[in-house]
Amino acid sequence: MTAVTYTTVPPASREVIRARPAGFLHDLAAISGRALRAVPRDPAAVIPPVFIALFFFVVNIATLKKLTGNHPGFNYTSFEMATAILLGVTGISRAPALVLDVQTHYLDRLLLTPVRRTAILIGHMTADVTVSAVLTAPILILGAILGVRFPTGPLGIAAFVLMASLWSLAFAGFSYAIALKTGNPAAVNSAFLLFFPFLFLTSSYVPRGQLSGWLSTVAGFNPVTYLLQGLRSLVLGNGWQWLQLAQAAAAIAVVGLISMTLCFVALRGRVKRNSQA
Amino acid sequence: MSAVIAPVRGSAQEITRADPRFSVPASYAIHTERLARHFSGVPAVDGVDLRIPPGEIYGFLGPNGAGKSTTVRMLCTLLSPTGGRALVAGHDIAAAPGRVRLGIGVALQDAALDPKQTGSELLRLQGRLYGLGNRALVRRLAELAELTELGDALDRPIGTYSGGMKRRLDLAAALVHNPQILFLDEPTTGLDPASRARVWAEIRRLNQQLGMTIFLTTQYLEEADELAHRVGIIDHGRIVAEGTPGELKRSVGTDVIVARVDGDPAVALPLVQAVPGVRGAEAHGGELVIATGDGAAAISGVAVALAKCAVAVRDLTLRTPTLDDVFLELTGSHIERKNGKEDLS
Repeated sequence: MTAVTYTTVPPASREVIRARPAGFLHDLAAISGRALRAVPRDPAAVIPPVFIALFFFVVNIATLKKLTGNHPGFNYTSFEMATAILLGVTGISRAPALVLDVQTHYLDRLLLTPVRRTAILIGHMTADVTVSAVLTAPILILGAILGVRFPTGPLGIAAFVLMASLWSLAFAGFSYAIALKTGNPAAVNSAFLLFFPFLFLTSSYVPRGQLSGWLSTVAGFNPVTYLLQGLRSLVLGNGWQWLQLAQAAAAIAVVGLISMTLCFVALRGRVKRNSQA
Repeated sequence: MSAVIAPVRGSAQEITRADPRFSVPASYAIHTERLARHFSGVPAVDGVDLRIPPGEIYGFLGPNGAGKSTTVRMLCTLLSPTGGRALVAGHDIAAAPGRVRLGIGVALQDAALDPKQTGSELLRLQGRLYGLGNRALVRRLAELAELTELGDALDRPIGTYSGGMKRRLDLAAALVHNPQILFLDEPTTGLDPASRARVWAEIRRLNQQLGMTIFLTTQYLEEADELAHRVGIIDHGRIVAEGTPGELKRSVGTDVIVARVDGDPAVALPLVQAVPGVRGAEAHGGELVIATGDGAAAISGVAVALAKCAVAVRDLTLRTPTLDDVFLELTGSHIERKNGKEDLS
């Protein structure tokens, strides 16, 4: 082998740049910051769901309010706001952006850094929760204009937004699982199909007591039924109704547990597949 | 205190042995033993041994599909080996991939960029993931802006960049944490000559001024010849030759005479090999490649020998050997022809 002389610049007295593990929270902040910066550049991901939610909120009230208005003490506008909120936030996720990262190999660039693999996923999800919380605002404002009031006060509003955002996160887990498993944008978009049984085989438009036959039975097994009851308890009741809130929390937890298990298994599979591809 | 870009140098003493089962001294920036990667039983990399000292530019030359990118993906922890071992920046790629990642920068074959981020956002995110503090990050971004010569374009979405701009940004992303070892996987493929020259100049600068070890895969012979201190030639997943470009070319001969003929060139071999001054001759396709110590003296004898064999000579060329001649002698085919064939497929 021929000897080669290498010229090096020795570290001067000034600070030397050295790579080091940034820490999980720094990783999380960096990844979620990137995901949040991308949201305004991709308005098509957030405007249609909010538009659909506002549209159906108004149309459903106009269509169904008279049918349900003969029950004393029942406010259909307040009842329907929970459905509008779920229409707005269900399916909000940066999973399509993650698919783009797979396709452009940017995910490889991230995997080449010391970033924790779970921080990549949780960072995106943190951004999703933030976006979902923000997207509830126009629906809440429209609700307020239409006369919806929270007997549970500002804390009730916060609980309402929190439950809607956590539901959004639980549902987004399915999108991430599909994104990581397939790396296919069309497949991710098809996650929207899950939305239909969740949101329509339940008491979305009329109280559960008015559902009949098989739909009533199916609604009993649909976690969204309990989520809607919990959300509605904050606007329809006379105060905090802990049993219904606990059932709603349990419904979110069950769906979240399933979807998060699927998406973290998919993440592990994706990292492993990358390392075996 | 202000910051300066200086590499974390890995001397023989500084590099630690991450895996005690690794039976060789860990005095290299990159050290592999029988590194292998099989896909469904088919070997893509088949027992590669590398010993690359700190501060060297190592050119990894081979045709498409030879195993270059697979080797790089293993060395930079993106791909698990199915056999053998590798130490990179002093750490075992299988046992301590996180430590390896801290010491390396990688620019993959396809610029791995997010088209929706701006250039500066991407570099800032890279810096944060490598644990750079705010002050160091600001200074580093300024330096990388100068390096990439992207100017105001750094504040534009990457999706609006040209191919050359993306390559430069990708290189900057690989350098943001000032790595000890830089992996460049075909860094100039698809670039115009001016952009290629700029990348070459930067590779030289990084190596000469910062002492960075550079592992460069390429399918361009002149790139390996120009840049690399040593070259490893890989074919079918195995290293078939290794040495300085000069050593490798001298192994073929001082001069090379190439005769392109109609018909089978092999019939001329006995007479050509008997010409005084000819060290060896091989027939490949429609060509005779003749190694000689003094081409000017031997070429007339070769021409006479060819005339006696009744093969129609289309042209006769005298030149100094290239790395392609080395590849041809070792594998029986031209590296550029192999690439062309695969490009068409």
